[in-house]
Amino acid sequence: MTADAPCRDEEIYANAIAGLLVGAKHVAVGMVSPIPGTGALLAREKSGGKTRVSILGKQKMLPWTDGSQELFDLAGQGRLDGFFLSGGQIDRQANINLVGIGDYPDHKVRWSGSFGSGYLYFVVPRVILFRWEHTRRTLVEKVDFISAPGTSEPGVYRPGGPIALITNLCLFEFLKDRGRFRLKSVHPGHTLEEVRDNTGFDFDLPESVPETPVPDAATLETIRGPVATRIAEVYPVFARDVFGIEPAKAPDAA
Amino acid sequence: MTDLFQSDLSALARQIPPGASVAINKGEGPDVPMALAKEIVRQGIRGLKLITIPASALPVSGMMVDMLIGAGCVKSIETSGVSMSELGAAPRFTKAVKDGALQVLDATCPAVLAALHAGAKGQPFASLRGIVGSDLEKHRDDFKLIDNPFEPGDPVVVLKAINPDVAIFHARYADRDGNVWIGRHRDQLFMAHASKKVLVTVEEVVDRNFYDDEAMVTGMIPSFYIDAICEAPGGALPMGLDGNANIKAVLAYMAAARTDEGFQAWLDENVLAGAKAAAE
Repeated sequence: MTADAPCRDEEIYANAIAGLLVGAKHVAVGMVSPIPGTGALLAREKSGGKTRVSILGKQKMLPWTDGSQELFDLAGQGRLDGFFLSGGQIDRQANINLVGIGDYPDHKVRWSGSFGSGYLYFVVPRVILFRWEHTRRTLVEKVDFISAPGTSEPGVYRPGGPIALITNLCLFEFLKDRGRFRLKSVHPGHTLEEVRDNTGFDFDLPESVPETPVPDAATLETIRGPVATRIAEVYPVFARDVFGIEPAKAPDAA
Repeated sequence: MTDLFQSDLSALARQIPPGASVAINKGEGPDVPMALAKEIVRQGIRGLKLITIPASALPVSGMMVDMLIGAGCVKSIETSGVSMSELGAAPRFTKAVKDGALQVLDATCPAVLAALHAGAKGQPFASLRGIVGSDLEKHRDDFKLIDNPFEPGDPVVVLKAINPDVAIFHARYADRDGNVWIGRHRDQLFMAHASKKVLVTVEEVVDRNFYDDEAMVTGMIPSFYIDAICEAPGGALPMGLDGNANIKAVLAYMAAARTDEGFQAWLDENVLAGAKAAAE
């Protein structure tokens, strides 16, 4: 993909994510998170390598030498600054649901599961929520199942939590003291009205709503160069669709 | 040579009793015991209680779990997640939950790991931050909220130890004395420590002893944790030895497994065909 190709939405999202990770020492990227992975790797490039990025799902992208527990041990000790979580449903108070729709356990729809959310949401200081379907069925007033709560009662150990939610329409910041979201910017080509119409909960507004910045030429070059090459290691299908990179040769036999 | 070695997969699978709790690893490397899982299907071992360490959500590990569920081998699954990663949802898992045919004990990754570690250390439970106020805490009988005895007024979750009946995984090498080399994949080591029985397929058995080599010994499970080993080259396929999954093979499985008929046809062709031919 050349630097003069038009900017894609994924690149705008990744650029916004990188902006939330300035100054982070170590960011980990969880399961099924290709765009967050792209954003984190962009933050790494922009930091000149000072921001370490560990991507789950591929041995080659992980520095762990102590098994799966190492991610959580790092987080528990406060050695991890950033992580990403999503949800089939995300609600007004930033509770996330990764389990299913309907009454547990008799779901109408069952999703994959809570993964590390029930822990990492509590202990990682900068958790960035993402959901690429911004509709009233995904952004709801109250989730059907709390995989991890957005806020905790006083007295509960909670050094970490959500700082932002990025969707295909906009970027919200999370106001921890108010326990609710505030709109930060609307992505190019979308409007505040569209955001309101498609959000199932009430949120705060700034005095004026800016447009989410489009990455500049140098940033696009970085995304399409070193970042794309690295993300293809973990997310070959995403890298093929977004950056036109062919997947590594697969084994012949099934 | 040790007597841990089995000549074929069927002898290995026969050591898994129906109804056993079976630990399986995450599958980040070429360590998914797919060949053994197919043998479990062929032998019709049922009622298994799977425990994923801590999730099965990569293309090949997700496919293996999905296949075992679809084939009717699984009664319950304790997991933090089942999917095929970026390829999509696990079709048989999703259907089985919807049909009420599979009990899911929903967990969060570090809870499974902490409970497994407690099991490995012979302790009754582990404590863990987080989880407080989630629905995971509400629905798990083996997660309890206690007050930190050292700092009262600090709610903490404790988790009952996990000691699986059987652990299964694929590894790169075993030495002639039955020591199994896992490299950096230390989840397998902890699984072996915690489990009552450990069954391993390996890519290759090498004629040496890893204790003679300091570089190998740090990435190895001593033979006294291992109950049986079977050499099964390509035992993790469609996960390749280089850590790359054959995505086409996984997508073909997912397409077939969308329907009951498609799944059965896939099973007939890819798992049961050999067994049927041998029986005729």
